[in-house]
Amino acid sequence: MIEVKNLTKYYGDHLAVDNISFTVEDGEILGFLGPNGAGKSTTMNMLTGYISSSSGQVLINGIDILENPIKAKANIGYLPELPPIYQDMTVMGYLNFVYDLKKCKLPRKAHLTEICNLCKISDVSNRIIRRLSKGYRQRVGMAQALVGNPPILILDEPTVGLDPKQIIEIRNLIKKLGKRHTLILSSHILSEIQAVCDRVIIINKGKMAADDTLENLTKSVSNINRMTVRLDGVREEVLVAIRKIPGVKSVRADMERSGGIFDYEIVLEDGADITVMLNDMCRDMGLSIYKLANDEMTLEDIFIRITMGGDVSDDNKKNTPVINLVVSNGKNAGSKSDKLDENKGGEE
Amino acid sequence: MGAIFRREMGAFFASPIAYVYLTIYYLFAGVCFYLFTLSRGIADMSGLFSMLFWATFLLIPVLTMRSFSEEKMKRTEQGLLTAPVSLGSIVIGKYFASLAMYTIGVAIVFVYALILSAFGAVTWGIVLANFIALFLLGAAFISVGVFISSLTENQFIAYIISLLLIFVMCIIQSLAGFVENASVPDFFQPVVGIIAAGMNGLSFYNKFYDFTCGIFDLSSVLFYISCAAIFNFLTVRVLETRRWR
Repeated sequence: MIEVKNLTKYYGDHLAVDNISFTVEDGEILGFLGPNGAGKSTTMNMLTGYISSSSGQVLINGIDILENPIKAKANIGYLPELPPIYQDMTVMGYLNFVYDLKKCKLPRKAHLTEICNLCKISDVSNRIIRRLSKGYRQRVGMAQALVGNPPILILDEPTVGLDPKQIIEIRNLIKKLGKRHTLILSSHILSEIQAVCDRVIIINKGKMAADDTLENLTKSVSNINRMTVRLDGVREEVLVAIRKIPGVKSVRADMERSGGIFDYEIVLEDGADITVMLNDMCRDMGLSIYKLANDEMTLEDIFIRITMGGDVSDDNKKNTPVINLVVSNGKNAGSKSDKLDENKGGEE
Repeated sequence: MGAIFRREMGAFFASPIAYVYLTIYYLFAGVCFYLFTLSRGIADMSGLFSMLFWATFLLIPVLTMRSFSEEKMKRTEQGLLTAPVSLGSIVIGKYFASLAMYTIGVAIVFVYALILSAFGAVTWGIVLANFIALFLLGAAFISVGVFISSLTENQFIAYIISLLLIFVMCIIQSLAGFVENASVPDFFQPVVGIIAAGMNGLSFYNKFYDFTCGIFDLSSVLFYISCAAIFNFLTVRVLETRRWR
């Protein structure tokens, strides 16, 4: 169990981590989410005793990391942002060194072989680390954290710089590890957190912006109901027609996809389903549907709103229908000028 | 400590440092042995030993420059500092690895003494005393080098600063001479005298010289060992304060 109480870190005058508190129960997989420079690594470095906190307390299984560092550290396996591997050693030589360094008591050969198999580095165990690819080095870093079978694993951006295949492999490994260890995982990649974590802490500019289960976070925003439909026809006529459908809160036309075909972004009232009515409307007007999609609010939307200054909980209370930041479905900011904002009409 | 010591020794021999260091050391010792002993046809090795004293300030920084600098540069120190080991054992492990490398170099004097014993009478007591003197000298200076390397992540800077500091420690008795003879108003004379005496007291060379004459002085041994203890302690403090910044 990890208890973090009012953790604060100043680098000189710069406030890097501002009063963070949370608890991680045994067997939990916690995702640590935040943009680069938000204080994720700083927090993890404080949890593992690499740097000290300016104020606050970190308890690892009830042991204060600053008061009894050796005992507390024995419970943690840490993979820092840059794996602390010695390039001049062989993989096995390095793992043996870590085994000795951690004063591990498990049967040496069996334990290290098991770790190598788990991290899939058995085939390179006699090679010099310098000559390994980044993916393998990352896995050696992971293996290093696992030596001694510590109850707590802290992994700082474990998939950064890897190719998609390697990312999936590491992610599967993390899932597997999550069954046996208490795990904290940091990332700025949302899908990663979504894929493996039970609970998410979002931090931004050193502050905790959210701390909830993934389910609750998604639930809290799923009542913002949006859909996108791609139609041909005269834009103004289509807008008026869509607005007439009951259940539509607002609609706006996005950029022109190709000659006369537009994407229409529709915000619906709670629980409204207009698919059938939309089809009827198209038949009546002689329009063709090129695409029809229900846009679910993703973790990405929440994340971007939080980290760009908005506040999820406030928005939810007001149930604001219009999401101004539309990044999740691949539209870039460059298309903003093409957008026709038709919100006013929708609210009539 | 054992794990770090073994890893450091492995790193010495996995990199060119061990080979370059030992080659230069043996070459230098060999040339001095030839010039001061063999070519003169005498069985006295004191010329060699006094030259090996002067080699320390150039060569010890080669051994110590990478100890903490490289770890900091490559961020591998994060692995050490988050492992369940004390800072003291990290420092001591690294310190003894450098000292072991240095001792492998110094041990060449026994080979030369053995060669010499085929041609003349070697006073083994003197050889042993000189070896101990060189060992203690290294023990003190290596702690200085390790300390300097904990202050910077640039190995070259670590080398230069260690070289300068150890050089000053080597010549402190000559500097004391300058201070003593400085022309200052009479009023300051006693102060100058105290400073010069203090500097002479800190001299590494004078104590080394006593050993080479075969004088085994316990206070000199304690002097070298305390110097090593102080600088190793300072290194631990540096590592400790760094995490508070």
